[in-house]
Amino acid sequence: MAPVSTRISSAPRPLRAFGSNSTIERFAWMAGSLIVFGLFWQVLADILQNRYLPTPVAVFEVMLREARNGDLWKHTSATLWRVAVAFVISMFIGTAIGLALGKYKTADKFFDAWLILFLNLPALVTITLCYIWFGLNDTAAITAVALNKIPNVAVNMREGTRSLSKDLSEMAVMYRFGRWKTLRHVTVPQLAPFLAAAARSGLSLVWKIVLVVEAFGRSNGVGYRLAIAFQEFDVVTILAYALTFIFIVQLIEFVVLQPLQARVNAWRR
Amino acid sequence: MAPLNGAKADGTIRVSVKRKMFPAVGDREPQLVLRDVEFEVAPRSFLVVTGPSGCGKSTLLNIIAGLDTDYEGAIDLGPAKDQMTFIFQTPRLLPWRTLYENIALVLPKGDPRHAEIPAMLERVGLGQAVNAYPEMLSLGMQRRAALARGFILEPEILLMDEPFVSLDDPTAASLRELLMELWHGHPTTVIFVTHDRSEAIQLGTRILRLAPGKASVVQDAVVNLTDTQRRDRTAVLAEQNRIFSS
Repeated sequence: MAPVSTRISSAPRPLRAFGSNSTIERFAWMAGSLIVFGLFWQVLADILQNRYLPTPVAVFEVMLREARNGDLWKHTSATLWRVAVAFVISMFIGTAIGLALGKYKTADKFFDAWLILFLNLPALVTITLCYIWFGLNDTAAITAVALNKIPNVAVNMREGTRSLSKDLSEMAVMYRFGRWKTLRHVTVPQLAPFLAAAARSGLSLVWKIVLVVEAFGRSNGVGYRLAIAFQEFDVVTILAYALTFIFIVQLIEFVVLQPLQARVNAWRR
Repeated sequence: MAPLNGAKADGTIRVSVKRKMFPAVGDREPQLVLRDVEFEVAPRSFLVVTGPSGCGKSTLLNIIAGLDTDYEGAIDLGPAKDQMTFIFQTPRLLPWRTLYENIALVLPKGDPRHAEIPAMLERVGLGQAVNAYPEMLSLGMQRRAALARGFILEPEILLMDEPFVSLDDPTAASLRELLMELWHGHPTTVIFVTHDRSEAIQLGTRILRLAPGKASVVQDAVVNLTDTQRRDRTAVLAEQNRIFSS
């Protein structure tokens, strides 16, 4: 008994840590498949020789040019900032609404129709209305994005709240966990998979809508830059900016969201 | 849950359930589960509530624990009511916390008993699984962890709802042995619910029988066995026949 207790007495650590093996393997698969995609694109562009289908090398050159003159950073950072603010706001408000609807049946019955209404409201409608009502400013832009995303998060979190275990909450009552301990160790871990799912689907949805919002009524950001390029039929620039942003979002997904999801699921068999 | 008149501060538990109904569900009529179930439990005694499934024994335990408040009557757990622990039919461990963390969570912050957790897990045969997550373990091991979680608190009142049901015989036997051992180490007032008659005789100092349809106590018997006799199959069987044939 002695060796066992000395081993764990200081700082208990979970048995299973998410190993570097799976990370390297995931990365290898991703890199490999992207390289194949790039080769396919290059060959296709070489064969067609059309000015509306530039080669990946040409796109990369424009990327470097825009990076050097500072435009790339100016526009991507503006977009990133809007994505971050809209994302955080939607996650917070959406989670709060979802928790309330999952917990209170009467509220759920009443607001369910509202939720369906907002879920089916086209992004274009909220965007134009927000600009008309609030003016062509960032408040309107971010409100429009959040309005598109909030119902989505709320529906996810409502499902999560409905599936909370009554067994475990009884256990928490019997063992006198109190409000804070119950929230942290009983409720949040049960909601974590729903939060992670909402966050992952949320990020991709939010950045796409932010681009539309920028194309419509802002004077910076990737969306704005794409709209200008569209007027000039400048396909190389469109691809250069789009790819840069896809790369950034993939990086966030790969470095932040996926490891986070793996961590909250570490206890599963 | 108001204390009954004349309650003494001696640790006696007083249970008085005048009426407990299950509400109508679908086509089923409202159902009377318990009526005039009244008894006292002496401190440090091991009371077993037994009867076939559907007789209301788990409902009775939930009422005593305060999990079910929809009944007529009163429960007086005495001065030790804040040192009551419930061990459920299923382990109810937090799957996202290790065994160590699951047990640590029931202790207040900075409680000296944190240091006893490894020894307690060792005692229930889980010394190697201190940092394992519950779902990596068998049901029997999870049950043992749930016992350790209940016992680390050294409760004055211990309520147990069929904690060994659906385990294989050797595992259940070793867990019963462990329970007796822990109970002797720290005598506690136990109310233990089971449908298993031999388990009831082996563990209990007193048996309370409920019967379905009657919704009430049909027998209240004292078990006359020494600790040695409790480990003897024939002695247990003889006592079982004596009590349950009457």
